[in-house]
Amino acid sequence: MSDLLAALVLVPLGAAVVTALLPARAAGRVGLVVALALGAGSVLLALEVGSSGVLEAALGDWSIPLGIGLRADGLSALMVLLTGVVGAFVSVYASGSAAARGGALFWPVWLVLWAGLNAVYLAADLFNTYVALELVGLGAVGLVALGGPAALAAALRYLFVAVLGSLAYLLGVGLVYAETATLDIATAGQRLEGGVVMVTALSLMTVGMALKTALFPLHAWLPPAHSGAPAAVSPLLSALVVKASFYVVVRLWFGLPGADGAMAVATLVGVLGAVGVVWAAVVALRQTHLKRMVAYSTVAQVGYLFLLLPLAVPGLAAPAGAAEADAARLAWSGVAALVVAHGLAKSAMFMSAGTLARAHGSDRLDDLHGAVTRMPAVAMTFALSGVCLAGLPPTLAFVGKWQLVQAALAAGQWWWVPVLLVGGLLTFAYTAAGLRAMFDEPQRADELVELRPVARRMVVAPLVLAVLAVALGLRSVELLALVEVGSVLGSLP
Amino acid sequence: MTPGEVPVQNDLVPLVMLLASLTPAVLIFFLREEQVRLRTVLNLGGALAKVGLVIWLVPPVVGGTRLEWRSTLVPGIDLVLRAEPLSLFFAGLSAVLWLVTTVFAIGYFEQAPHRSRFFGFFSLCVTASTGIALSGNWVTFLIFYELLTLATYPLVAHRQTPEALAGARTYLAYTLTGGVVLLLGVAWLTSLVGPVEFTDGGVEEVARLAQEQPVVATLVFGTILTGLAVKAALVPLHGWLPKAMVAPAPVSALLHAVAVVKAGVFGIVRLVHHTYGPEVAQALGVLLPLMLLACVTIVYGSVRALRQDSIKGRLAYSTVSQVAYVTLGVSMVSVLATTGGVVHIVHQGLMKITLFFCAGLFAEVLSLHKVSELPGVGRRMPLTSAAFTVAALGMIGLPPMAGFVSKWQLGLGSIEAGQSWVVVVLVLSSLLNAAYFLPVVYALWLRTPEEGVQWHVEQRRERPAVEAPKALLLPAVVTAVLALAAGLLAAAPYAPLDMARFIAELSYG
Repeated sequence: MSDLLAALVLVPLGAAVVTALLPARAAGRVGLVVALALGAGSVLLALEVGSSGVLEAALGDWSIPLGIGLRADGLSALMVLLTGVVGAFVSVYASGSAAARGGALFWPVWLVLWAGLNAVYLAADLFNTYVALELVGLGAVGLVALGGPAALAAALRYLFVAVLGSLAYLLGVGLVYAETATLDIATAGQRLEGGVVMVTALSLMTVGMALKTALFPLHAWLPPAHSGAPAAVSPLLSALVVKASFYVVVRLWFGLPGADGAMAVATLVGVLGAVGVVWAAVVALRQTHLKRMVAYSTVAQVGYLFLLLPLAVPGLAAPAGAAEADAARLAWSGVAALVVAHGLAKSAMFMSAGTLARAHGSDRLDDLHGAVTRMPAVAMTFALSGVCLAGLPPTLAFVGKWQLVQAALAAGQWWWVPVLLVGGLLTFAYTAAGLRAMFDEPQRADELVELRPVARRMVVAPLVLAVLAVALGLRSVELLALVEVGSVLGSLP
Repeated sequence: MTPGEVPVQNDLVPLVMLLASLTPAVLIFFLREEQVRLRTVLNLGGALAKVGLVIWLVPPVVGGTRLEWRSTLVPGIDLVLRAEPLSLFFAGLSAVLWLVTTVFAIGYFEQAPHRSRFFGFFSLCVTASTGIALSGNWVTFLIFYELLTLATYPLVAHRQTPEALAGARTYLAYTLTGGVVLLLGVAWLTSLVGPVEFTDGGVEEVARLAQEQPVVATLVFGTILTGLAVKAALVPLHGWLPKAMVAPAPVSALLHAVAVVKAGVFGIVRLVHHTYGPEVAQALGVLLPLMLLACVTIVYGSVRALRQDSIKGRLAYSTVSQVAYVTLGVSMVSVLATTGGVVHIVHQGLMKITLFFCAGLFAEVLSLHKVSELPGVGRRMPLTSAAFTVAALGMIGLPPMAGFVSKWQLGLGSIEAGQSWVVVVLVLSSLLNAAYFLPVVYALWLRTPEEGVQWHVEQRRERPAVEAPKALLLPAVVTAVLALAAGLLAAAPYAPLDMARFIAELSYG
């Protein structure tokens, strides 16, 4: 099984080279086949980790301080699974139209990105994580640039942000290494023993990652980059790429617990997340273009994820009470559910927005009139994913939100509850604004724009993901059990 | 009372009941517009299957069996569907009215566009109300409660006109906000006492909470009640109901009789009787405010109804008033009053759906939408007018109609509970009901059409042999007969009153 870990990183990397060399048609076929294989591989990994626990491997058989270590616990497996499933469906979607891909370079760049994402999730130490993050950053910027001349400015800005974020992270890693002479998070955590260095390094790395995750107020780069990218790229960026940097934040905070002043930093991060939830939703409500609205929605949704820190940190500190530990566990499973729910629903939403834009020739809300009757399946996808993002039952995000509300009440931090509830309403408000535009039916048929045909798979692929996001809400115990595998929370009281 | 006293059987039947409407819902979405026959088969097949299941389950459940289906939602919290007396009572109403409304809707939407969308969401709406009926705990209830909100939106917005979209938007704003408040209440309660399973006569942990932290218990009660009061249209949270009247007639019928408003009051029954328990709620002091709120709503709704000229508008405010009877009944500590409240869930449903069918018939056949346009219609549409009259007299509460039975129970119950002033409210409400329904009945039968009135007859329907297309007329007549029978045969075994008394007695141990 250790080969599987290596394959999940190396196969997309190799396929990237192959697709770059092949002519466009052949590259598309290879890309799609590899994507489906990676999807299957990620399911296999999740099953394996779920049944036999944490997996470890060293690339090229060099032992750990020298070689590149790979490690998959429950959280890694879940993230790889999310990447695999969303990646496979988006690849199917991308194969439906050249315009959705943005250009011949789509397949190689996307496969590099995929390799980077899997490497982030499977990396066993802090420096490998850095390398993987750079791979993700390069891939993501490259994909945005496929959006053509109009997207170049956004791509450049994104590049700047990505590099800046990585630098802040690297600085933190440097600090940790200088103090502890190790890059292994767990060992470093023991040697630092919660001193000033630890909280400084933690803060630096968190800022770097928050920049890449678009935590308010470090989010200004995201809407132009995510909305300007080609139809098949936006879902990858919004659903998957922002999750990689958030994943690193989780690893850091759960791996280096108990730093002095950590709660203060965590609370600040939580407050910024909460402000982002409300502020970005309000801005999303005022958008006139669908894809931009969906992009702002991502800024709002990542805000929820950061509530994990203030809710979990008290439970991770050394003499944690049972209530704090409970809160940490609830928050952990809640955020895991939200990450998956957002990944599925946001990719479905961006894909449906892309399909609508392709068919109507524009994603201006006013041009989408009548979409409910002319493209009912796509409108349904948009609605289902919006319902899921809003955390309404019976969707997976409802499960996540429920757990977070319970965590907030258990931790005695009730003030997050209104954020969670109001945020959901606002989310639904902008989804409804988009739907309303599609429901609007002009009196005369000639007031409607003429529809361009779209490939069937560009309708079906997002619908399947949206249905999955809803259906998982009724049955998520397996997913929630998976993230417990190898988690530090297992040892809490 | 502990759950251990009744044998609980794990069984798939509750899930099958849910699937009986969910399966047609999903399949219909994929049908092409012109596949009329297949769609009708799916609709009626699901509806008939569900009615059959309910009839099949009633005797064993009354005999003491409880059927239950569980699945883990998150660690510690289950999705629970349970067939017990109250859940079957509501599921039965929903199943019967779904069947008749489906027939009505098939006739109503003959030739109209977007039928697959309509019937898909329609069946989804019924799935949600069945889920609400069968929910065995608050989390399951919440899930279906929100599903109902969402499934109803496309139905209210169905016509896609600016007015329809505006009405649907108001509806959504009210009900989603209510849903969030309900979520808050349920989450709060769960964090205090763990997942709460509905139990006859109240849950022990909740009783303990009420004893140890009465203030918190009161606040939780208030939060959950507020969330439910939006759908139950208790004043001042009723504002969405008249605006949602833009919906097509079959939707309004279902909304007012069984789906949305009933989900709200059904939740209130669950809250008072199967979560806190009537004695505990009484001791907390939350029942008196609830009773006052119900009384205010009863009178206010009737007063507003008086001034509506639009038929559907008058019926909408009448719903505000009538549904509050249920709340009134469950807020008094008395077997009789609770019986009256619970039985009114069915009685009001039968009468109100008849009235809406008739309103739909007047609008469809003669294009009449206003009360002032109705003089003399009894000559042109005698059966419709007769059905309307039966239901309207029932609403007023004249014997031997179903509405009289409810009011009689409520009146006796209020005396038993030592709140005899409620009788005054009931009498006042009857007078007001008479004041806004009798003129309509009078106009239908005894007034002559005004000079020069040409009833506009819809061109698209060929002139029918009877007064209206059969698919529209038959449901109205059937529900009117049922409403009459529920009153005449109230004492019969398995009649709504009998079932309601059984449920109320369980709740008081």
